[in-house]
Amino acid sequence: MNMQTIDRRDAAPQAEAPEWTQDMSNPGEGHRLGDGHSIDVSRIRESNILDIDDETLAMSVENLCLFYGDKQALKNVNLKIAEHRVTAFIGPSGCGKSTLLRCFNRMNDLVDGVSISGEIRQHGRNIFDRHVDVTELRRKVGMVFQKPNPFPKSIYENVAYGLRILGINRKRVIDERVEWALRAAALWDEVKDRLNEHALGLSGGQQQRLVIARCIAVEPQVLLLDEPASALDPISTLKIEELINELKSSFTIVIVTHNMQQAARVSDYTAFMYMGNLVEFGDTRTMFTNPKMKQTEDYITGRYG
Amino acid sequence: MMKVSARQWFRQGHPWVWLNAGAVAISMTMVFGLLGFIAVKGVSHFWPKSLVEFDYTTPEGKVEPILGEFLDRETVSAERLRQTHVALASKVEFVERVQVKVGNRDVTGRDFRWVLNDYITAPRYPEQATVFERREWGNFYGYPIGILENGQPIPASPEDVWPMLSERLARALALHDSIRTIEVSEIGRVNYEIEKWRLKRKAHELNHTYTAERQAEFAAQQARFDTEYKTLQAQLRTLYQEIKRDALVVETVDGQQKVLEVGRLVRAYQPNNMSGWAKALLYVERLREFVFDEPREANTEGGVFPAIFGTVTMVMVMSIIVTPFGVVAAIYLREYATQGPLTRAIRIAVNNLAGVPSIVYGVFGLGFFVYAIGGSIDQVFYQESLPSPMFGTPGLLWAALTLALLTVPVVIVATEEGLARIPRAVREGSLALGATKAETLWRVVLPMASPAIMTGLILAIARAAGEVAPLMLVGVVKLAPNLPMDFNAPFIHLERKFMHLGFHIYDVGFQSPNVEAARPLVYATAFLLVAVIAVLNLSAVMVRNRLRERYKSLEH
Repeated sequence: MNMQTIDRRDAAPQAEAPEWTQDMSNPGEGHRLGDGHSIDVSRIRESNILDIDDETLAMSVENLCLFYGDKQALKNVNLKIAEHRVTAFIGPSGCGKSTLLRCFNRMNDLVDGVSISGEIRQHGRNIFDRHVDVTELRRKVGMVFQKPNPFPKSIYENVAYGLRILGINRKRVIDERVEWALRAAALWDEVKDRLNEHALGLSGGQQQRLVIARCIAVEPQVLLLDEPASALDPISTLKIEELINELKSSFTIVIVTHNMQQAARVSDYTAFMYMGNLVEFGDTRTMFTNPKMKQTEDYITGRYG
Repeated sequence: MMKVSARQWFRQGHPWVWLNAGAVAISMTMVFGLLGFIAVKGVSHFWPKSLVEFDYTTPEGKVEPILGEFLDRETVSAERLRQTHVALASKVEFVERVQVKVGNRDVTGRDFRWVLNDYITAPRYPEQATVFERREWGNFYGYPIGILENGQPIPASPEDVWPMLSERLARALALHDSIRTIEVSEIGRVNYEIEKWRLKRKAHELNHTYTAERQAEFAAQQARFDTEYKTLQAQLRTLYQEIKRDALVVETVDGQQKVLEVGRLVRAYQPNNMSGWAKALLYVERLREFVFDEPREANTEGGVFPAIFGTVTMVMVMSIIVTPFGVVAAIYLREYATQGPLTRAIRIAVNNLAGVPSIVYGVFGLGFFVYAIGGSIDQVFYQESLPSPMFGTPGLLWAALTLALLTVPVVIVATEEGLARIPRAVREGSLALGATKAETLWRVVLPMASPAIMTGLILAIARAAGEVAPLMLVGVVKLAPNLPMDFNAPFIHLERKFMHLGFHIYDVGFQSPNVEAARPLVYATAFLLVAVIAVLNLSAVMVRNRLRERYKSLEH
């Protein structure tokens, strides 16, 4: 698959942006329970139905089980992440979607008492392999968290952080990369005159985009977004969603979200999880219009969760 | 008007509020009362007091003139005085007595007198009454009547004596300064060099490398020093001749004449003849002397500069030692060590370390740092200076180390708390960018924890600066000949003994030959100690606030 195809397909949702804006100003609408789906499927991207088997794979999850002590949080999950696509994980709280996400860059290593079986393959290599350098993995698989977590440094230093960790010290190189990353994160115009100001002086939405800029500055292959907009107001959420659409031409994106409209709007593939199981995985459009499993339908129509 | 019933008053918790407010009020009163008391007692001492001359009829009926400063008054029971064989009329029950500083210790044998207020007649304030502050024997109170030059009286009218004295005193003080410079700096430097070369020679002798060639070199060096020394000696002799030129004839209030060498005076002033402005100037000058000059007369006169310097240097060195040590220990405990029974036990041990009486640290410091470590250092590196030890004797370094040990629990606890407060999200943010744990610690976590580290350091400074007991064992002395810093390489001499304000208070207040005269200095020194600690603390607090501003944590 070449880049042109992706770009053409992606043109459609971007054009719809103004409509979302209207929708976002009235967030109650999407949650209305009614006959049929609460999600307005007409707004889902109008491209052809995607098939995971046609895609280049960025990562694949095989028979992944994860235990917190005795408690099993992930039960034999099998999943494929397509390159340069947005994959969304949805499901009720505590279903394991964030846990699964945190497996991709091994953030669960930091939690005491976690044991993992199964594999996540990236370019044919199991990332849980003993020989894998975790820092190297995390550089390739970047992560953005639920709450914006900029470092208490200047805006510039926040973005330059990952580069400095990489050992890049030449000012000119760092300057260029910082500008590139901030432009890519659609933040440059807002902060270009105050790069040396404290990052915590930015608004929540700006902080989250700064964190995204910080993440993409080291040019990862995969971006993991863990409910990136859940702590933000609707306008900031919209900006983040627009950003996701733009970023997917360069990065593979995996996003965890509580907001099913968001999943519908931004993702190409959706995985529905429930109680540690991957219930259903497939093309987003199919999933929201014609789910195979009753459980999925119940969830996306708002019957539970 | 509505009345609140007592029951309701209690139920609303008013008694508690009053109790709490009362506790705060009492604490504040105590703190400010204490500070105010030592401030007033200490700082007022430097104000030049008027000299009073009066006739004193002793209860036995003898009349004698007395000249001095009124210091204190109190009412005592007559019975108590009768027991000390003061003849008082039998119907008197209480008498008021006044403490007068009469000076002239070399003439009368005592500095202070208690006189009964009722027997004082004709108090007057003669303008010519003069206070002579001397380098020895304390103050002299009397009247200048003539000046001797080389033992010969200079004919002068009594009015001319005072201006002539001022002039000659200024000259003598300048000479004294030159003498001090030569004695302390020049000769000190030569001595330092001589000692260095002596040790070098001894080292060569020990290594059997003291060859004929070297012998010649050393002899040449020695000759050079001898010449230098002789020149300085000659200069000193001249200066001493010069300074001895003038003398002053003074008369005490009871008519005795005495000759004072002008070279042995620090200053002379006539308080009854001074304007308020002149007194203020003198006050400032005396304060300056107290803060910036060296002590005289077994620490009871002069300044406390070496003690201030020693205290500050010691606290600084202690901070330099304790901060990295405590921070590194806290990082290990909080970030790397597996949290289990062992770490818990270590934490308890660390906390208990803070509760060990400080004198125990002093004993430990003396036994371990001074004798064991210092002794070993001498054995290995300073073989040539033995048997006189370099590091195997109490000194600044060991005092700082002992206090660092005393304060390290505070730094550890504060740093650990600071580390624990750093949001997990920030650490994860760094780790998710591919930073290792060490990089995250160094670049993100530690800067964010720095205000907490400063808090620990502030507490450590507060505790260390006020500590005296352990220091007496590991490095503080009554009078240190040299400051721990000077212009002889390597400039900072951590092996030297030093003076300390806290010990100075103890020494001046309880160990000096003239406790009564030194008492105001005790207050002044105490006030200064509090001020020094306050300055050290405030500067640390300022640093902390700046760090807080820079690393304000995420507000979520």
